[in-house]
Amino acid sequence: MIARLLLGLAVLFLLAFLISPDSFAGLFQPLTKNNAPAIYTQTSLLSLTLSHLGLVALAVAASTLVAVALGVLVTRPAGREFLPLARTVTSVGQTFPPVAVLALAVPMMGFGAGPTLVALFLYGLLPIFENTLTGLTNQRPEVTEAARAMGMTPRQRLWQVELPLAMPLILAGVRLSAVISLATATIGSTVAAKTLGEVIIAGLLSSNTAFVVQGGLVVGLLAILIYEGFQALEGRLSRRIGLAQG
Amino acid sequence: MIEIQNLTKRYDGNTVVDDVSLTVETGQIAALVGTSGSGKTTLLRMINRLVEPSAGRVLIDGQDTAAIAPYLLRRRIGYAIQGHGLFPHRTVAQNIATVPRLLNWPEAEIRARVDELLAMFQLDPTQFRDRMPHELSGGQQQRVGVARALAARPELLLMDEPFGALDPVIRAKAQEDLRALQRRLGTTLVIVTHDMEEAVALGDRIAVMDKGRLLQYAPPAEILTRPATPFVQELIGTGERPFRLLSLSRVADLVQPGEAPGAPISAEASLRDALADCLWTGRDRLPVDGGGVVTLAALRERAAGADIGSAARASAGSPAR
Repeated sequence: MIARLLLGLAVLFLLAFLISPDSFAGLFQPLTKNNAPAIYTQTSLLSLTLSHLGLVALAVAASTLVAVALGVLVTRPAGREFLPLARTVTSVGQTFPPVAVLALAVPMMGFGAGPTLVALFLYGLLPIFENTLTGLTNQRPEVTEAARAMGMTPRQRLWQVELPLAMPLILAGVRLSAVISLATATIGSTVAAKTLGEVIIAGLLSSNTAFVVQGGLVVGLLAILIYEGFQALEGRLSRRIGLAQG
Repeated sequence: MIEIQNLTKRYDGNTVVDDVSLTVETGQIAALVGTSGSGKTTLLRMINRLVEPSAGRVLIDGQDTAAIAPYLLRRRIGYAIQGHGLFPHRTVAQNIATVPRLLNWPEAEIRARVDELLAMFQLDPTQFRDRMPHELSGGQQQRVGVARALAARPELLLMDEPFGALDPVIRAKAQEDLRALQRRLGTTLVIVTHDMEEAVALGDRIAVMDKGRLLQYAPPAEILTRPATPFVQELIGTGERPFRLLSLSRVADLVQPGEAPGAPISAEASLRDALADCLWTGRDRLPVDGGGVVTLAALRERAAGADIGSAARASAGSPAR
């Protein structure tokens, strides 16, 4: 109950701050030195937030599509031999530093949103892939057996039984990816992608802590809200299929 | 009619089912009994090709099942297993509708069939239609599992330890209901069980399996009175044999003219119940509802395996079509 109240307050605060940042100038004033501006005004915070979210959404959607497709492929009889390869690819995507991806991608794609998208996409593959794999392989054997025995074709089994039952776990993977990407997207501003990282970098360059804090605050709040939103959805799905109590 | 001909399954040189042949007549119940690892489940799963045979074949009404695509074959054959295997993300109605939906029945017909089945299994449709499987009790889940298996009116129903997860009281009721239902629908039924008592209670014929081989395939009375091998005898349990024999027949089969004092027994009760009644109340004859008596002497004779009307079970076994 209290948690829900806090979340509601967080949403209200975030919206108010994004719509009218100047009203909160007093809050950030103590963090500035030498009469520097308390609120970042170079670009509107709202438009930065929206483009930040758009970038993350696009990257996570692409990761989800590819990771789930990979997960499905390697759990089919015909694709089983690709499992080690898929594991390697997604692990490398996760361990390769996004900054390095940006550095490598810029010469090919130029500045802007492109390199950031690629970095976030690669970074987000692993959690979704691993969760899809777990979700598709750890199903109750009598249920998958029943699906077979009822006369479902392999395709029908996948769409009607296996994927729906794996959905809570897949969503958990998407949640992890989204939260990681939300934080990681800030570095995209080093190569001129429009993200909230712009505010943080501006703060770092001009030694204005107020900018750093407000950029970080918005990203942090977004991450919490998205995390909670996904978790609520997973909880509902799990309860529906009797996996969780409550 | 199902004809199983020289069916064999080998896994890496390990023979799990070894050259088994048996025939189940239309409308009859065949119970496959054996210890775990006897190959009974594998034999069952070869009938709907969940397991592909290494050798031999299965004919259903003369048609070789190897000639039918497995998923099409399975839509024609009902299948119910221990732990029911209901789809946890689908409602009771959606679960039952699984095969009709795969067969593209019209929506109205599916809805009517689901309600009909729920009512048949004593589950109020308005109350249970939209529930999720995990909201049901074990007995209810099991009934929905059987309802799902019967949804598309299959002529053949396969069951693998369907009552294994139920407690003894519910199990006895479930067996009785299944038997009544099977008689009414005339469905051919092959049921796997490790419990000889269940096999005797349900089977028109019992197939005893051990180490992949079929040791004996005969009506229950014959299995009980003339076990083919020491293993079959051991499985029956000699201590239980007279009681199992008695449980095969109804009081009506043994009623003789006469009169006796005391509370009457139903003509539909099993002879085992009659014996228990005699012993418990200290009587040597019981009046039967609708006239006549059943005597302790006759019960003893029957329990010793005398005059076991081999026809009794078979005639009771003819389906009401």
